[in-house]
Amino acid sequence: MRMRGRVRTGLKGWGGVGAMAAVCALVLALALLLPLARSQGDGGPGTGGSELAHAQQAAAGKACDDPAKKAHPEYQTLSPSSQDGSTIERIRARKGAQRKLWVGVDQNSYRWGYRNPNGGPGADLEGFDIDLVHRIAKDILGDPNAVLFKAIPTNQRIPAIQKGWVDMVVRTMTINCKRLDDVAFSAPYFKTGQQVLAPKSSVITGYDRTLAGKKVCVAQGSTALSQLEDDEKTKKYVAATDIKKVPNQLDCLVRLQLGEVDAVVTDGALGASQAAQDPTVELKGETPFTTEYYGVAMKSDADDLVRRVNQILVDYRKDTADGWQASYDRWLSATLDKDSAESQPPPPKYLRTS
Amino acid sequence: MRRRTAFAEGFDQLRAAATTEPGRLRIIGAGLALLVVLFGAVTAWQTNDRAVAADDVLHKSQPLSSAAADIYLYLADANTTASSGFLSGGQESAASRDRYEKDINKAAAGLVEAASNSDPGSPAAKTVAELNTLLPEYKGLVEQARVYNRQGFPVGGAYLRYANEKMQQQMLPKAQNLYTSENQRLRADYADATPYPWAAIGLGVLALAGLAWAQHRNYRRTNRVLNHGLVAATATATVVLLWLVVGHSFARAGLNASYDHGVRSLNVLHDARIASLKARGNENLTLVARGAETKVVTDAQGKETTYDAYDWAFNQNMDALGKGLAAASKLADDTVGRKPVTEAEGNMVVWKQRHRTARDEDNDGNYKAALAQVIGDKGATRECFDSVDHNLDLALKHEEKEFTRSAGDGLGAMTGLAAGAAVLAVLGAAGAVLGIGRRLSEYR
Repeated sequence: MRMRGRVRTGLKGWGGVGAMAAVCALVLALALLLPLARSQGDGGPGTGGSELAHAQQAAAGKACDDPAKKAHPEYQTLSPSSQDGSTIERIRARKGAQRKLWVGVDQNSYRWGYRNPNGGPGADLEGFDIDLVHRIAKDILGDPNAVLFKAIPTNQRIPAIQKGWVDMVVRTMTINCKRLDDVAFSAPYFKTGQQVLAPKSSVITGYDRTLAGKKVCVAQGSTALSQLEDDEKTKKYVAATDIKKVPNQLDCLVRLQLGEVDAVVTDGALGASQAAQDPTVELKGETPFTTEYYGVAMKSDADDLVRRVNQILVDYRKDTADGWQASYDRWLSATLDKDSAESQPPPPKYLRTS
Repeated sequence: MRRRTAFAEGFDQLRAAATTEPGRLRIIGAGLALLVVLFGAVTAWQTNDRAVAADDVLHKSQPLSSAAADIYLYLADANTTASSGFLSGGQESAASRDRYEKDINKAAAGLVEAASNSDPGSPAAKTVAELNTLLPEYKGLVEQARVYNRQGFPVGGAYLRYANEKMQQQMLPKAQNLYTSENQRLRADYADATPYPWAAIGLGVLALAGLAWAQHRNYRRTNRVLNHGLVAATATATVVLLWLVVGHSFARAGLNASYDHGVRSLNVLHDARIASLKARGNENLTLVARGAETKVVTDAQGKETTYDAYDWAFNQNMDALGKGLAAASKLADDTVGRKPVTEAEGNMVVWKQRHRTARDEDNDGNYKAALAQVIGDKGATRECFDSVDHNLDLALKHEEKEFTRSAGDGLGAMTGLAAGAAVLAVLGAAGAVLGIGRRLSEYR
């Protein structure tokens, strides 16, 4: 009821009645789908909140319903600008030791965001994503180390942003139209795609018929999971596949090594990180079977921060001494390609208007 | 002719005999002897049952209940030590490694012991068998985590999480079940050892009444005051009855004391130690997970507050520890027992203060400082946890001693009661028969 009331204030006349009818239909559909969503084992806090946000956004039109947004969600961002706004002012206004950029990261993705187990008592997080976080902190707060890192499981990335636990999430997060309804993304900073990881000796050859009837591991709330679920509905390849869901993509490598699953579906960039930790597994298929881009996720209304991060990304990619390329060479050239061409995102477009 | 039953024939004979004084005397003699022997037999049977149960309390069920608590403690400690080792970032100390190995070995030894003491096919035996399967699996995961950590691969941390999940969700609940079922067995043994042997006491009173009546009848018929045989029978029956009542009362008092001052204290202390271990484990996990898990708590007004899940659990565990220590302090009946508990309470207060500082550091983004405050050398919460653990260990050892002494006293009070009652009853019966025989001989 609360939801309907809020929408009503923004609408007038017959158009409003039509919209209300649409919302009612949507609420009904949600109510019917809700038990289904629950039964998939995603009981984390904030689930309800994200559903509510879904419903609110839906009233204004879902991003995925727009063919342009669906085809190129990575273009749905604001043009770069160095102007400070209310969000940045609020971060700067934090007092004392709290005057830091709060960032949700991963501590389990080898060479992306992880704690080197031999890093000693310092226990610094390091990796490609972490370099970018330091760069953003340096630009906004003048100190690359003014960061409060929060480790966030894959399925908690969106609630963490919506509830304000973090200012941004820099955590190998794919820009897609579904997530555009809940959060705002920066321009893409990395290109990857879904790929299958399996033991070298396995009969699985890629994301194809060889997966049928196999046990497949994916992270909860990951793009891979949505892909598998969509393909399950359309009975593509994986109709008979048993899907095992874990909190982090790295937990999949453990299950694979223990023989509890036959294959892992994850981003090629992360799959390569897993393969780098175990010489007996490999990425299957020549290239990823999807094309995706990683972006920095922020609150939907943090326009000034989105513009600022986009400006930082422009500078970061131009910076040859200690920018994007240097970070790639440091962390990823060993596990991905020596040449970064395959991972370079295309020139950004800034098509978001509101 | 109608056939008559043997019972009816015997009854007729008895009636015929009862018409003459010698006949009556024979019946009285036989009755008294039977009553005294029965009294002795029931006493021997009932006290033997209780002595066996008391012996089980002292030598079997209490040690098994303690052993089950120890299995839980060693498992939980091993898990906590493993996570501390991970937090220290590849610089796991020899001491921490040793501690882990010792914990695992002692848990394994405890399981072997528990297996040999549980009845085949019982739920306890099944639990032990399951734990025996899970322990090597757990150890394998931790070893794998170590190898990967040494290579610098984060998948080591993922193995540790998996090991932790196995421990928390499968092994510790089973160990808790084992502890609960061993405790039930201990309570059942207490219930068998302590009730008054009313059947024996009743028969004793009946036997003495019978002897008194026989002597009174004898006095009325013959004017003789003393019949040596009957007096001897009365004396032995009185001794047996007194021994029975006094001995059992002492035994009961000892056993009850061993329960009130031993077992109850031990249970409270075990629970406190488990709470302290859980708190330490959650404190470590707060830093391992780095805010990855949250818990939303709704208060009475419906207001929602979000907490770090592990820190929330830590606070719950600390509350349980505080309550446990307060209860243990109340139950401790001497200064030697109270001292370590009081000291543990002091350690706990400091632990909470240091933990608060560590949380503040972590919430300010000073992860390194928070880590040092938790697993560092000087001034870290690690010191407080170790002190609490050490003091609880001292208190447990003391209460164990108290238990063994009281229960040993109780069991001691039953020593020889069954055999003594049997021998004395035979003597008493002989006395009754001889005394009546003396009167019978006057009719020849």
